[in-house]
Amino acid sequence: MSGCALVLILGATSDIARAAARRYAACGHALILVARDATRLEDDAADLRLRFGGAVETRVCDLLDEASRAALLDSLSVLPGIVLCAVGLLGDQAEAERDPALAERIIGTNFTAPALVLGELANRMAGRGSGVLIGISSVAGERGRASNYLYGSAKAGFTAFLSGLRARMAGRGVRVVTVKPGFVRTRMTDGLNLPAPLTAGPEEVTAAILDAGRRGVDVVYVRPVWRLIMLVIRMLPEAVFKRVKL
Amino acid sequence: MRLSGWGRHPWADGALLAVRTGGDVTRRLRPAASLIARGNGRAYGDAALNPQGMLSMLPMDRLLAFDPATGLLTCEAGVTLADILAVFGPRGWFPVVTPGTKFVTIGGAIAADVHGKNHHRDGGFGAHVRSLDLALADGRVVTCGPGREPELFAATLGGMGLTGVILRASFRLRPIETAWIRQETRRAATLDDALALFEQSGDRSYSVAWIDALAGGASLGRSVLMLGEHAVASDLPAGLRAAPLVSGRRGTLRVPCDFPGCALNRHSVAAFNEAYYRLAVPGTRLVDLERFFYPLDALLDWNRLYGRRGFVQYQCVVPRAAAAGGLRRLLTATAASGLASFLAVLKLLGPQGAGLLSFPLDGYTLALDFPATAPVFALFRELDAIVADHGGRLYLAKDARMDAEALRRGYPELDRFLAARQAWGARSIFHSLQSRRLGI
Repeated sequence: MSGCALVLILGATSDIARAAARRYAACGHALILVARDATRLEDDAADLRLRFGGAVETRVCDLLDEASRAALLDSLSVLPGIVLCAVGLLGDQAEAERDPALAERIIGTNFTAPALVLGELANRMAGRGSGVLIGISSVAGERGRASNYLYGSAKAGFTAFLSGLRARMAGRGVRVVTVKPGFVRTRMTDGLNLPAPLTAGPEEVTAAILDAGRRGVDVVYVRPVWRLIMLVIRMLPEAVFKRVKL
Repeated sequence: MRLSGWGRHPWADGALLAVRTGGDVTRRLRPAASLIARGNGRAYGDAALNPQGMLSMLPMDRLLAFDPATGLLTCEAGVTLADILAVFGPRGWFPVVTPGTKFVTIGGAIAADVHGKNHHRDGGFGAHVRSLDLALADGRVVTCGPGREPELFAATLGGMGLTGVILRASFRLRPIETAWIRQETRRAATLDDALALFEQSGDRSYSVAWIDALAGGASLGRSVLMLGEHAVASDLPAGLRAAPLVSGRRGTLRVPCDFPGCALNRHSVAAFNEAYYRLAVPGTRLVDLERFFYPLDALLDWNRLYGRRGFVQYQCVVPRAAAAGGLRRLLTATAASGLASFLAVLKLLGPQGAGLLSFPLDGYTLALDFPATAPVFALFRELDAIVADHGGRLYLAKDARMDAEALRRGYPELDRFLAARQAWGARSIFHSLQSRRLGI
């Protein structure tokens, strides 16, 4: 059914989402792009239409805002076949430790908002009996680290949410895919010194997403080495873990 | 990050900051900053190097609008001609002006006011730009074009990124019926023959010559001219007429490693040149667009042929009236040096365009590639004197070594350019290794 399904992309101006949108459009999918920034959204949509000639709609929406979320869901005259959620905010951990408003925004952007909107879309897809929900979570959610635990804990919540949703949707025709990209060269990581062997480009993440969507994989690590790294990190005893700088 | 231009000489170590939107660019324009925009790294020398900061424009790669009634395309500065060819070629559109590689960005094409094999008829890339958006030093974004802020536009065309950061541009594509070129090959046994052939071929859409820069004496300047016209559907054999805009997809090869520095030596190049000249069969045939315009793009990373030390290109133009004498002296000095230029290209250019620092002028351009070695730099200084004597100048997009004096002598509008740079506040922020070397 996902052959030429309508694809809804949440957080559509992120680098991963942009790369994914090009892939989907190249495969002939119609798209609905959702993000806050109307200008960038329109530029991205124009690019996709010119390159691939397909239908591209846009919705300006702040997913952190309940009314805005509701308006988005109401505006969907056709329920999409595939939903890709690429919403995320790394944020500055140190700043967020002092600024509760930022902390709340990190938690809301990475967990609350995506969970609420995907939960509602899942209900509708279950009613129809088909659909694919793809959530971009993070390896950072596998253990809270001193350097980014606000982001990490929110992603942990999102990962657990996707896991539970997947279990609930099993047998109801709706698939839920969790993507854990590891390091990716994007706006989020600009200026960070990332180790090349562990770092993927947005196109690599996109290839993994589309592949998972087709093959029916539940949890995707874009670079398999991350599965091993996170296994080791999870196995470290707390007494050791709290002393290592990660 | 260690970066160089296409010639892999010189290198600079500095931060390359990716920008995705105009907002990203203006946020980087802080008063104490020193920056230069960088596209796809196809300028040969140090024009897009600045150890204090470079903006990678490549993520700004959105196509924004296209009007099939006029061929006017609007896109962001990081879009490459390769993108445009891939998207619009099959729909029957082609850039009005294209340089010898499709791997340049639109921002780079405007900043260098690149020219192609049709400069004698159609002018440079900038002649087909309707307007562009430029982020100025103070963070404002100004739209300029031939009819709007024309002085800023003229300074930006060929201005090597030194007036601001080009964010987006609108420019024309030309309609094409097929993805093929009718190429006529002609041999010229001497320099005079080559110039005569160019003069006779002024009505041809495209013309360019490969020239044997090692040949001296009676063979000085022997060349193979390639003339081209866009093929129309009726030019194609029946087998190609069904899909005239689909060209034969050819594979690419990649140079897998740095060649030893000595691979391109006097003897290997002389043997190649002899074979090339002999094997260039005069006559007319169909070649696909990509092969005609971008023969070297099929060999990815061909800059590695010159080994680790890199290479430098000497591209100069000599006014038409002085061309025969000037080119003869340039080629004689080159042949006498015994240094081997693997790629040597001769081309007729048309009148100068609007760009204050645009390279083309009514005359002949000669381009020679050499490994970046001490004897080569000595030869270049000798060539500089000949170019200056004949009222010519050097191409900033290829340059890695000319001095401030050569720039001043070659570019009579330099003071106007500097005044514009001053007036728009660009002098405080936009610098490259090249601008510092040239003192502009």
